[in-house]
Amino acid sequence: MTLEEVAQTVEAEFLNLQERADEEVRTACAADLLSDVLAMRGEAALLITGEAAPQVVRVADVMNIRAILYVRGKRPQKKDIVKWATQRGIVLLSTPLPTFEVCGRLYTRGMRCSECFENEAD
Amino acid sequence: MRLKEVVERLGLEVLAQGDPDKEVNWAYTSDLLSDVMAGAQPGDLWLTIQRHMNIVAVAKLRDLAGVVLAKGIKPAQEVVGKAQEEGVALMVSDRPLFELCGELYQLLRGRG
Amino acid sequence: MERRVFAYSVVSTGSFDDVGVVSTEIKRDLEEAGVERETVRRVAVICFEAEMNLALYTERGGNIEVVVEPEKVVIYVEDDGPGIEDVEKAMQPGYSTAPLWVHELGFGAGMGLPNMKENSDFFELTSEVGKGTKIHSVVFRRRENAA
Repeated sequence: MTLEEVAQTVEAEFLNLQERADEEVRTACAADLLSDVLAMRGEAALLITGEAAPQVVRVADVMNIRAILYVRGKRPQKKDIVKWATQRGIVLLSTPLPTFEVCGRLYTRGMRCSECFENEAD
Repeated sequence: MRLKEVVERLGLEVLAQGDPDKEVNWAYTSDLLSDVMAGAQPGDLWLTIQRHMNIVAVAKLRDLAGVVLAKGIKPAQEVVGKAQEEGVALMVSDRPLFELCGELYQLLRGRG
Repeated sequence: MERRVFAYSVVSTGSFDDVGVVSTEIKRDLEEAGVERETVRRVAVICFEAEMNLALYTERGGNIEVVVEPEKVVIYVEDDGPGIEDVEKAMQPGYSTAPLWVHELGFGAGMGLPNMKENSDFFELTSEVGKGTKIHSVVFRRRENAA
């Protein structure tokens, strides 16, 4: 799916980098616990999270995650966090929907689970 | 759909039985207790990787259908004991959260 | 590639807001030094966990040193914090002494030290209660084109 299709599917808005709307994202993971994200093996293109703390974008950066989808209307509170994400090339999206609905819709549209293909090369 | 049917269809391992005939209305996915307190509805099945002892109390307070720990996370024995004592259904699944949500979503939407 | 040494200090501010600032800086430095992607990721994850521990459990923070060599990256973490009473127990997945508010912030699941070890090819932790904790970690570099 493209980021634009993701946004449409879950009624999300871009918080930055809308010019990358055509970019393909094939794998996603869902987590609120950052230590869990840090312990993931496979590389996820999209992180679905209800945690809006500033550390989330830094964890995403370290894990090579290309886009963060905040659920339940959450978003980073500080402007400089959005700016930092933009500098590091991390797309930020925000949806009013809760995680279950978001995962359900994206899964149904064919988004793959990033942690289900651990043994698959890239 | 009843809890016991969800357990069977998703292949969940049951650690504390709770009420297998309880109706699963929908589901709520979060690892943040405060989010669940604020957002989950009675009858929701709670999918999480949060293994803290307080998940049992939160599930009971919100009258949830049960708690499913994803990614093969095994809770401490005290958590299992507490769930059994409080009559809260506690299950585990090897699947990661994203996939577990997707599968349950399709099941509850009648497309499983 | 020449041997290069990068040194960082983590200040314990009592706030979680800054956690990851140093680790993302480390990631950028290694990228600029030409270290391959997967090695950078593993080193950055180890440093992130270390940074979190320094911010969470020490009063004054600590130091992280990253040494890039042709065949490996070596990480040294050092603090003069409270130390760890039972290292063996602390290394067990799921073992945590973190209070609930830490869990709520998405940390404290007891996966920090095990995850550092998991991402290392060599991992050694020495700690003395009342004195501090030292970590020595090595990540072997795997050329992306190799094999």
